[in-house]
Amino acid sequence: MSTQLPTQIPTGGYNFAYLDEQTKRMIRRAILKAVAIPGYQVPFGSREMPLPYGWGTGGIQVTAAIIGPEDTLKVIDQGADDTTNAVNIRSFFQKTTGVATTEKTREASLIQTRHRIPETALSEGQIMVYQVPIPEPLRWLEPREGETRKMHGLAEYGVMQVKLYEDIAHYGHISTAYDYPVRVNGRYIMSPSPIPKFDNPKMDNSPALQLFGAGREKRIYAIPPYTSVKSLDFEDHPFEIETWDGACAICGATDSYLDEIVTDDTGGRIFVCSDTDYCGERVEAGHKGADDEEKAA
Amino acid sequence: MNKLLQVHDLTKTYGARTGCANVSFDLYPGEVLGIVGESGSGKTTLLRCLSAQLEPSAGTVAYDMRVKGLTDIWSLSEPERRMLTRTDWGIVHQNARDGLRMEVSAGANVGERLMAVGARHYGNIRTEAEDWLTKVEIDTGRIDDLPASFSGGMQQRLQIARNLVTQPRLVFMDEPTSGLDVSVQARLLDLIRTLVSRLGIACVIVTHDLGVVRLLAHRLMVMRRGQVVEQGLTDQVLDDPQHAYTQLLVSSILPV
Ligand SMILES: Nc1ncnc2c1ncn2[C@@H]1O[C@H](COP(=O)(O)OP(=O)(O)OP(=O)(O)O)[C@@H](O)[C@H]1O
Ligand SMILES: [Mg+2]
Ligand SMILES: [Zn+2]
Repeated sequence: MSTQLPTQIPTGGYNFAYLDEQTKRMIRRAILKAVAIPGYQVPFGSREMPLPYGWGTGGIQVTAAIIGPEDTLKVIDQGADDTTNAVNIRSFFQKTTGVATTEKTREASLIQTRHRIPETALSEGQIMVYQVPIPEPLRWLEPREGETRKMHGLAEYGVMQVKLYEDIAHYGHISTAYDYPVRVNGRYIMSPSPIPKFDNPKMDNSPALQLFGAGREKRIYAIPPYTSVKSLDFEDHPFEIETWDGACAICGATDSYLDEIVTDDTGGRIFVCSDTDYCGERVEAGHKGADDEEKAA
Repeated sequence: MNKLLQVHDLTKTYGARTGCANVSFDLYPGEVLGIVGESGSGKTTLLRCLSAQLEPSAGTVAYDMRVKGLTDIWSLSEPERRMLTRTDWGIVHQNARDGLRMEVSAGANVGERLMAVGARHYGNIRTEAEDWLTKVEIDTGRIDDLPASFSGGMQQRLQIARNLVTQPRLVFMDEPTSGLDVSVQARLLDLIRTLVSRLGIACVIVTHDLGVVRLLAHRLMVMRRGQVVEQGLTDQVLDDPQHAYTQLLVSSILPV
């Protein structure tokens, strides 16, 4: 997290990582507070970024505040490194910092993400930065900010169970599939951002530092390494992750989050890993998907 | 028997205007107290002060806490006070929209208080919600419907179920039957009377309607311009009013 700007790095005329040093210090103070109180939403003075809200300006500001010249950055969107959002953010930081970028989870020191946590287990020293559209998990039932703050302060979290109750009453099971609420360190209830609930268990006791930035709502929160993160549930309807009947058509993985892809206009479809890096790594290691095995047979 | 609520010299002013002034009374477990008076006489102000929704300007409201005994509710920490109001107390609002969560089902409305105090077994919460819907005469087939699809009387009954599910010892009601058709009012009053007496719940009920107090209240307080002008056993006050204002009220010369 060095912040000295070596003069030889081309930053396109901007300060290193675009934000001025004073703004970065302000954001870092918010991050430090967030790390000290896991799951607690810290307000910060969100700045205008050269990207519209909805493009991850909260995550971008967090990344800009902590990125150093030695970092290796990975940016993912829906599990892939090559979507428009991911490409734009990566090139933004390439231009403004000159840091190395990678698509490999293992090689990255800093991973900015929207919608997914990589399948490859994270390790100590890595930092995840999540782009968050709606940071307040209680907002759906309580529009007043003063009241939600009080509810967090007093840990009055009955209404979060009400949400899950409604799911079960209407669908027979907890139908919430994304942004599934969690309790951090046994204290604050936190919105994990719109990742699938499949990824929730990866947040629990992770060796990586996890930072969450909401630009429009001006909030930062964090999960320090090795912190308990539990998904809310009922005793008779315990938390469960998604499962698939088949395996990845490309690499044969049965332990990864699969996206459905329509292959032709007669209803043909296959399932493939949403995490393209994970899938590619498995293929390189010699794993094959069901399709390839059929062809080989 | 121990006092459940002890109110002493309670005063609430809004700037120069008086909401209610120097109100004192005791309430015992299982007792129903009616508060009547003309519009603007301070009934709602008093009820909100009693039920911790509004901090008094002077005076005390002491409640018989299960562990600590009689305790000034404004000496409690905010979490303690909020917990008290959600478990040992109930508040039934005049407007059901103020007392219900309109965006979740009837079952969730009833179950919320249980979940707030730690219930985490869906099946048990649901059974309890069904049980309470039955008690307030709402068809359990409506358990997953939104309160907005309920009639006014059903919404009030749902509010009552939502409050009583944690078995409170004290319930505050502000005009619970106003705005309802006469026949619906009668049914609601019967229900309130049955539940309150069967469960032995103490109740403070604000109303314009002397018929309501005659039916429900053991004791009656008559308010005028923020002051209590007369209080006593309901039948005594209504049948033999002492204060000139009460006499006018009872003879229905004054519109209440
Ligand atoms: N929030 C407020 N700010 C200023 N004055 C208030 C406020 N609320 C009530 N008052 C005043 O306090 C007095 C008592 O009002 P309150 O609402 O308690 O009467 P009420 O007996 O409940 O009347 P109603 O039968 O019409 O509901 C009135 O003079 C009213 O104008
Ligand atoms: Mg009133
Ligand atoms: Zn794969």
